[in-house]
Amino acid sequence: MIRLLGDFDRAEEALQDAFAAAVERWPVEGVPANPRSWLISTGRFKAIDRLRKTRRESSPPDPLSLQERGNDSSEPEDYDVIDDRLRLVFTCCHPALNPDAQVAMTLREVCSLTTEQVAAAFLTTAPTLAQRIVRAKAKIRDAHIPYEVPSLPDLPERLASVLHVVYLVFNQGYFTRADLAAEAIRLGRLLVELLPEPEAIGLLGLMLLHDARRATRTTTGGVLIPLEEQDRSQWNQEQIEEGVALVHRAFQTRRAGPYALQAAIAAVHAEAQSSAETDWSEIVGLYDVLLRMDPSPVVELNRAAAVAMRDGPAHGLALIDAILARGELEEYHLAHAARADLFRRLGRTSEATAAYKRALALAVEEPERRLLERRLQEL
Amino acid sequence: MKYLCLIYEDEKWWEKATEADMQKGMADYNAFTQSIKQSGKYIGGEALQPTKTATSVRIRNGKLSTTDGPYVETKEQLGGYYLINAKDLNDAVQVASRIPGAQHGTVEVRPIMEFNQP
Repeated sequence: MIRLLGDFDRAEEALQDAFAAAVERWPVEGVPANPRSWLISTGRFKAIDRLRKTRRESSPPDPLSLQERGNDSSEPEDYDVIDDRLRLVFTCCHPALNPDAQVAMTLREVCSLTTEQVAAAFLTTAPTLAQRIVRAKAKIRDAHIPYEVPSLPDLPERLASVLHVVYLVFNQGYFTRADLAAEAIRLGRLLVELLPEPEAIGLLGLMLLHDARRATRTTTGGVLIPLEEQDRSQWNQEQIEEGVALVHRAFQTRRAGPYALQAAIAAVHAEAQSSAETDWSEIVGLYDVLLRMDPSPVVELNRAAAVAMRDGPAHGLALIDAILARGELEEYHLAHAARADLFRRLGRTSEATAAYKRALALAVEEPERRLLERRLQEL
Repeated sequence: MKYLCLIYEDEKWWEKATEADMQKGMADYNAFTQSIKQSGKYIGGEALQPTKTATSVRIRNGKLSTTDGPYVETKEQLGGYYLINAKDLNDAVQVASRIPGAQHGTVEVRPIMEFNQP
């Protein structure tokens, strides 16, 4: 309906009109053979009626142009439901929309969450969020953002934008909102089904592998449990198997990207019996590839932590200190937490205490703060 | 010589304007357009849609970056313009990304205001 009318709000109105007509007519005339097509074509006519009426009052767009749009090769009869969902995802995650609005639109229009639910997930108020969505819809209409799956030359940038939104939703639910993480995984599955690009496959694998550890990631008291202390027998084996299979599938395309590489790293962890038995050389190697493909100080930090496991804490510490010496990650709590862990393992207690305190001053998430407090007490 | 006259004004004025102010504003522009056309000095001119419809296009490290909103920084200066026909915003962004200025600067893509001819 949005594709036929080129406008979200008008499509919603039209569909409401169509449902109202169905309530009146179906009990009398019987349910039509193809109810979905009936609703869509009725909605379209209702929308054209509405436009004709408002046209007499002011000067809206020409309803004839709408009729032309509706009469192209794709009549409601051969309506492609799958294609439509993909179009919706790409429109909601259009990079020309405000990033917060992309997330909000996706959760509301694709995942069918209510405005209140989305607002609660992102710690904002429903009116603020509704306003954001109104602005995004106005931009779709006024700037003529098309309701379509991007063409091949645009696909890499546009898919990256969609995957970014999905990963944001997943991470928003990382500690406390299993429902949001589940929504993100559902979206990831939809993408892999509709558009099996290596990075879509990689992201789904990454989310499944992370989510497999959900039950063991925090204590009942809400304290983060570090990877090496997690009860691996409680990891979700089914999700791990699926995640690992997806990693293989992404690598087989020979176009594995940063998400697939991160998923591969998660897979190495998932398949190890313990921290000590983990193939740290493999993990360092994967981080090397990731750094070449997508250089960032955060990836460097993670690589340093893996080097510390492979070659000893002093080696990791030198790498982290080098990043900080460049003036990067100074305000990133995990850099100081990782540094503190290495000082602790080296028995350099006073330096560890200082670094844990610095990390605690920067950390926001409660489970992470509680772990840092636990570490400080243990020293 | 040809000169480009750029109009900067508070777009909120148009949003808040009363019906009468709006009429007056439109009439002033219509009168000016008529007079400049008669003087033979007119080449072209358009009203732009407000900045909330703007999209900024850049190429960095060979990758296209599209973001919501107008150009707001002050470290670059307006250096030129292209008026283009495009099917939709995606098409316009594609064209904009091929403008050499997108490689090191920013190309702001703004839809032209369309007035319904009576």
